[in-house]
Amino acid sequence: MTLSLRLRAAIVSIALLAAFLGAWHLATRSTGATANMTPEYAKLMGLTATQGKSAMPGPLDVGAKLWEHLKRPFYDNGPNDKGLGIQLAYSIGRVGLGYLIAVIVAIPLGFMIGMSPLISRALDPFIQVLKPISPLAWMPLALYTIKDSSISAIFVIFICSVWPMLLNTAFGVAGVRKEWINVARTLEVGTVRRAFTVILPAAAPTILTGMRISIGIAWLVIVAAEMLVGGTGIGYFVWNEWNNLSITNVIIAILLIGLVGMLLDQVLARFTRMVTFPE
Amino acid sequence: MGRSMSTFDDPFDADRALTRSGCACGQHRSTAEHDQSARTWRCEPVAGVSEEKRYEGIVASAVMRAVFPQDIARRAFLKSVGAATALAALSEFFPLKTATEAFADAGTPEKKDLKVGFIPITCATPIIMAAPLGFYAKQGLNVEVVKTAGWAVIRDKTINKEYDAAHMLAPMPIAISLGLGANAIPFTVPAIENINGQGITLAIKHKDKRDPKDWKGMKFAIPFDYSMHNYLLRYYLAEHGLDPDTDVQLRSVPPPEMVANLRADNIDGFLAPDNICQRAIYDGVGFLHILSKEIWDGHPCCSFAASREFITTAPNSFAALTRAIVDATGYASKAENRKQIAEAIAPANYINAPVTVLEQVLTGTYADGLGGVKTDPKRVDFDPFPWQSFAVWMLTQMKRWGQIKGDVDYHAVAEQVYLATDTKKVMAEMGLAPPAASYKSFSVMGKNFDPAKPDDYLASFKIRKSS
Repeated sequence: MTLSLRLRAAIVSIALLAAFLGAWHLATRSTGATANMTPEYAKLMGLTATQGKSAMPGPLDVGAKLWEHLKRPFYDNGPNDKGLGIQLAYSIGRVGLGYLIAVIVAIPLGFMIGMSPLISRALDPFIQVLKPISPLAWMPLALYTIKDSSISAIFVIFICSVWPMLLNTAFGVAGVRKEWINVARTLEVGTVRRAFTVILPAAAPTILTGMRISIGIAWLVIVAAEMLVGGTGIGYFVWNEWNNLSITNVIIAILLIGLVGMLLDQVLARFTRMVTFPE
Repeated sequence: MGRSMSTFDDPFDADRALTRSGCACGQHRSTAEHDQSARTWRCEPVAGVSEEKRYEGIVASAVMRAVFPQDIARRAFLKSVGAATALAALSEFFPLKTATEAFADAGTPEKKDLKVGFIPITCATPIIMAAPLGFYAKQGLNVEVVKTAGWAVIRDKTINKEYDAAHMLAPMPIAISLGLGANAIPFTVPAIENINGQGITLAIKHKDKRDPKDWKGMKFAIPFDYSMHNYLLRYYLAEHGLDPDTDVQLRSVPPPEMVANLRADNIDGFLAPDNICQRAIYDGVGFLHILSKEIWDGHPCCSFAASREFITTAPNSFAALTRAIVDATGYASKAENRKQIAEAIAPANYINAPVTVLEQVLTGTYADGLGGVKTDPKRVDFDPFPWQSFAVWMLTQMKRWGQIKGDVDYHAVAEQVYLATDTKKVMAEMGLAPPAASYKSFSVMGKNFDPAKPDDYLASFKIRKSS
């Protein structure tokens, strides 16, 4: 009896998860009441100090808290305390906007760079310098010059997610097979038409790969940016709970950030498969 | 109580003179007597009751003054007929209600929807609690209090006008006005938030190193360079013979990370707001070495700040905000309200901390981290009056530690930034009794500070940054 590979992989995944959760649970068990404290003193102290509870929450704590959040994801207790659903929506909105602007800028510009070796060489040093800059390094500059924290956050997403798209578009466009362009030329296809009917479909898989890398970066950046500017979003949630040293909530946020990041990636992966063609 | 701001002018109290300063019993009345007297005219600044009553009191006071220009005659009259009768008689021929309404309508705010930034620490108590407890609403304002990530961000957001006003460390508006660490923009402090309420917390492993002389080479965290925390810690270390620039390491660390860093053994201690100190104790990673009031009892810590531009563009909104903050500060200064306040500001929307931690800070009955329970009701206190001498002291320390280079006109800066005169007016209008002076001397670790001679004071320190 041989199980399919898929099923066997699933079993291994579940076993790994169970082992991880078990180890986590054992590692964070409380050590029982510590030291001798007077009752009135103990009343003023936290569980870490009185019960020897680990500062790190166990999987059961996280699970219970997660259930609490999932039960009411859209509550709104005022400007500084909103449900996780609302926070995620804010973050996705910001990422969407910054990413969209990046797409609008990167793809036409990438086309230009890809089609012209001169521009490609001329812009290369700038791109190489700007590409590796961390989002947190842009933040003070953005806040100072733009003078608006939410626009600054969007700007930072834009500036960090534009490069992979730009480079991939340029690479994809430059790499379109010469024969196809020559065929188009022989058939006297105009430049604009050639760009849209020959180059774009041919470069699409590379462009989408760039977009897929970019959305991942945009999602990475948003958390950092929101931690800094505050107000709303999943990054702010992490910061707010960190303020309260609530590691339980931080872990939940980490989990959700991972899930949403995976979903965004999957969406782009699906688009990539749609435009991929066999050669 | 015991502070001038919590006393109220009661025109129907025969035992009390009507002049604002130097009344016989106004400032030092016992609590028992206070509670006994007619509540109506005592004007407890409790949400809901106080406002109109207090304004009525001010108007009545003015009328009484007009009717009895001589204080002795008024007192004799009150003694013979009693306060209630006097009030009734007065209302007969003077429309007190109408006059009160006219007075309370101090000009409609130009801007009703305001944003006020805060950092989640107990110093911001009045700013925060004014939202859930309705102090802003009472002034006709719709204020959104917005939690902010750090001092630099709150500074930038206030400068960028995302916030109309904000919670800032008391030296920050001075630093911003002088252009230290930012472009020079005129900022003002209409009210101090809290006095005292900070502490030096050390890691448990240092529980036998209680003498600062043994602290050479240790690493300490402070919330921000332009903070009372920085100046107090430096002062404390220097008084014990340590040069804070060479003998220890001082790091600017956001408050929540202080506790985490203390747990991770990256720092040896910190001087931070009490809710952070108490959190370190609550989590069993630190103990309280001293309260900041042991360095300087009555020191200011955080302030309520707004740009000069906001005052000129929306003077009525600014005045209403100031009234709300002064009112909230008065409410917070009363020990009996502290438990309720702790519950109001603990949720995630505000400070986001366990209620017990905030309660220990605000009520002053706290675990010290070494197994003892201590009580000090003045651990943190609230007093809105922006003494200009506070600003002068901060300027001397800024110079002492090289944040200001060259000469500075202490008094001009203090008077521009710390709006003592305006706050006096607001307090008087609200029926509170502000102090007569704007400068006072005080003592820091037993050393007297005379605001008239800042340069001599500065010169008297042996340990300072050589300039």
